[in-house]
Order: sequence, then structure tokens, then C-alpha cells
Amino acid sequence: METHTAKRVEIVIEAPLERRLTDALTSAGVTGYTILPVRGGSGRSGKWTREGQVGRAGMVSVVCLIKPERLDGLLDAAFTVVEKHIGVVSITDAQVLRAERF
Amino acid sequence: MSEILSLAGENLISPIILSFALGLAAALARSDLTIPEAVAKGMSIYLLFAIGFKGGVAVSANGLDQTLILSLIAGLVLSFALPLLAFALLRIMTGLSHIDAAAVAAHYGSISIVTFVAGTSVLQGRLIDAEGYMVAVAAVMEAPAILSALWLVARGGSGTKMEPGLIRELLLNGSIVLLVGSFFIGAITGEEGLADISAFIVAPFQGVLCLFLLDMGLIAGRGLRESKGILGIGAVAFAILMPMISASIGLAVGMLIGLSLGGIVLLMVLSASASYIAVPAAMRVALPEANPSIYLTLSLGVTFPFNLTLGIPLYLAVAQTVTGG
Repeated sequence: METHTAKRVEIVIEAPLERRLTDALTSAGVTGYTILPVRGGSGRSGKWTREGQVGRAGMVSVVCLIKPERLDGLLDAAFTVVEKHIGVVSITDAQVLRAERF
Repeated sequence: MSEILSLAGENLISPIILSFALGLAAALARSDLTIPEAVAKGMSIYLLFAIGFKGGVAVSANGLDQTLILSLIAGLVLSFALPLLAFALLRIMTGLSHIDAAAVAAHYGSISIVTFVAGTSVLQGRLIDAEGYMVAVAAVMEAPAILSALWLVARGGSGTKMEPGLIRELLLNGSIVLLVGSFFIGAITGEEGLADISAFIVAPFQGVLCLFLLDMGLIAGRGLRESKGILGIGAVAFAILMPMISASIGLAVGMLIGLSLGGIVLLMVLSASASYIAVPAAMRVALPEANPSIYLTLSLGVTFPFNLTLGIPLYLAVAQTVTGG
């Protein structure tokens, strides 16, 4: 099976910022992403859990798979949103099927 | 004094307070007891719908008067003004930074709808009627405090700007939409509408409130556990002093605009309560530099339990004494 090189960018960000991040990504031409709920965790800002929360508390994970040449545009767009906020941005190499979809 | 102690004693052994205490104790003891997020959100929607609907029905039964308009204006003014007072107190009593103090102040100008529900529950238990439209006053008081806090920060020269779309998000916040929407449904359908769904929104209300407060206790307990050493004595003292000052202002305003005893108590409770759902989310967007552990622990870990256990009976006793009710 033929595979193609891609970049997988995962942005774990505070839930109240989710829409701002996805708007920024869309404006930068990144229209494909997946949003995952995050159950809990621990980091520089302490421990937290999603259990029992009723407001837009906690974190979400936004995952994008893109062609390598589009990485800088995505990171610039994401940085404007995540710069001052709690969160983690990570980039990994990935292989995808059907390159025309990314 | 014995009246206040008796009221506080009765309040402390009510199922809703004991449920909160159970959650708090379980979290502090590191029990694995949790309420799933979806269940907590479901209960929150149920409580908001029920309280809004019943408020609307009360308005349809008793009609509107000019006190409604005055109450809404009073709520707006209180929500704008209380953060300024809170900010001044915080700067005197604590060593919090300008931004942290402004963020905390926003919480104390906004409201906690669960504290409001607990207040209505105490009034119902003592057969004291309140104006149904106090629900609308609660909705009005949710957001203005956030604007006051942002003004305080801007005045401090931090260069913080209003996030585009924040005002729209605040005004269309899910809890405000649900509370106001169900209020109008209740006002339009009246007693007949209530009779149709009372088996759902009246009978189970107290039980759902108990479970919701169990969850609030768990969240508060976790917050207190994780924030050891973050809060100084001054900040904790502020979280107890501020609600009492706010309640006194609410009492004066309530009497000035001619609310009933029940209405005055609810305005005191609204003034004294501190937000821990809408405002923290807004602060994460608008003031990300502010430390969430400080404002969440103060509002949910200190002020909320204080209001729930001692504050509400105290406000009721003071209002009864002052109004002669």
C-alpha cells in the first residue's frame, strides 16, 4: 500500500479557546482537524480533571494532519491563539493514505 | 443572635448541605467518587430550566410591576459596581497582582445560580414568597462584572484588549439563554404549563439539587486539595468578608426598590454569591495571565460553602430583622 509523508500536529488547549483556535486554523486554510475531549492531566498549572465539570472547563485536543509544506502556516495561526494560554503543541511525522485528502 | 444560630443549624442539616459536605469530604479524603461530566451537565441544564420555568410561572400568576424594571436595573448596577469594591478590598487585604485581583473581582460581581437555587429552597422551606422575576435579575447579573474587571485591567495599563466576540459569547452564554428562555416559556404557559410538567420539574427538583451539590462539593474539595499554599489568610478572609458586604449592599438596594422580604433575601444572595462557571471560562479567554487556581478556589472553595452553610441563613435573619418581616 502506498503511503505519503504528512505532519501530525496536536494542540492541547483550554476548552474555552477551542472555537478561537479552530477559527484561526480555518482562516489559515487548515479546514481538516479532529477535536478530542481530554479526560484530565497534570502540568505546570497543576492537576485537573474533566469529571463533574459543568462549564467550559478543562482541555481539548485538536489534531491536524497536513502536508509538510503547510506546517509553518498552521503553526503561525495556532501560535496567535495559544501564545498566552495553558496548553501543549506537538508535531510528529506521520504517514497517510490518500494524500489528496490532506 | 439565637434566631440566626437556629436558622443556620436547621440549614446545616438539610439534605442539600449534607450532600455538599459529603462531596467535599470525599474529595478531601481522596475517594474515587466522581460524577461523570455528562451527568453533571445534564443536572445543570435541568436545574436551570426548572428554576427559570418556575420563575416565569410566578410572574404569569402575579403579573408585572415597575419593581421588575427597577430590579433589573439594580442587578445590572450591582454587577458592574461590586467588582470595583472587591478589587479595592483585594488590593488592601491581599498581595495579589493587579491582574489576579481584577480576575477575582469579576467573580464576586457575577453570580452563582446554585447559591441562588439554594436560597430559593431555604425560602420555600420557610413559606416565604419571592418575586418570580428574580430569576431574570440573576441572568442580568451574570456578565457585567466581567466588563468591569476588564476595565480595571485596562486602567492598570496592561494593554489587555477586549477579545473579539467575547461580549456576544457572554450574552449568549448557554446558562443565560436557558434561564431566560425557560423563564419566558413559564411566563407564557403559566400555571397550566406548570401542571403539565410539574411531575418532571417540581417533584424531583430537590433530589437533583442534592446530587448537583454533591458534585459541587467534589469539585470544591479537589480544588482545595490542589491549591494548598496558593491562598494567603488575607485572600481567604476576603472570600468571607466580601459576600457579607455585598449582601448588605443588596439588602439596602432591595429595600430601596421595594422588594418583598423574599425578593430582598434573593438579591442579597445574588450579590453575595461568586461565579464559578461562566466567569472562569471568560477569564481564561480574556485574562489568561490571571491564575485560575486563585479565583476558582476563592469562589468555589471558600465563598460558595460559606454562603451555602452560614451565609444564606444569616442573610435571611438579617433581612427579617431589618424589614420586620
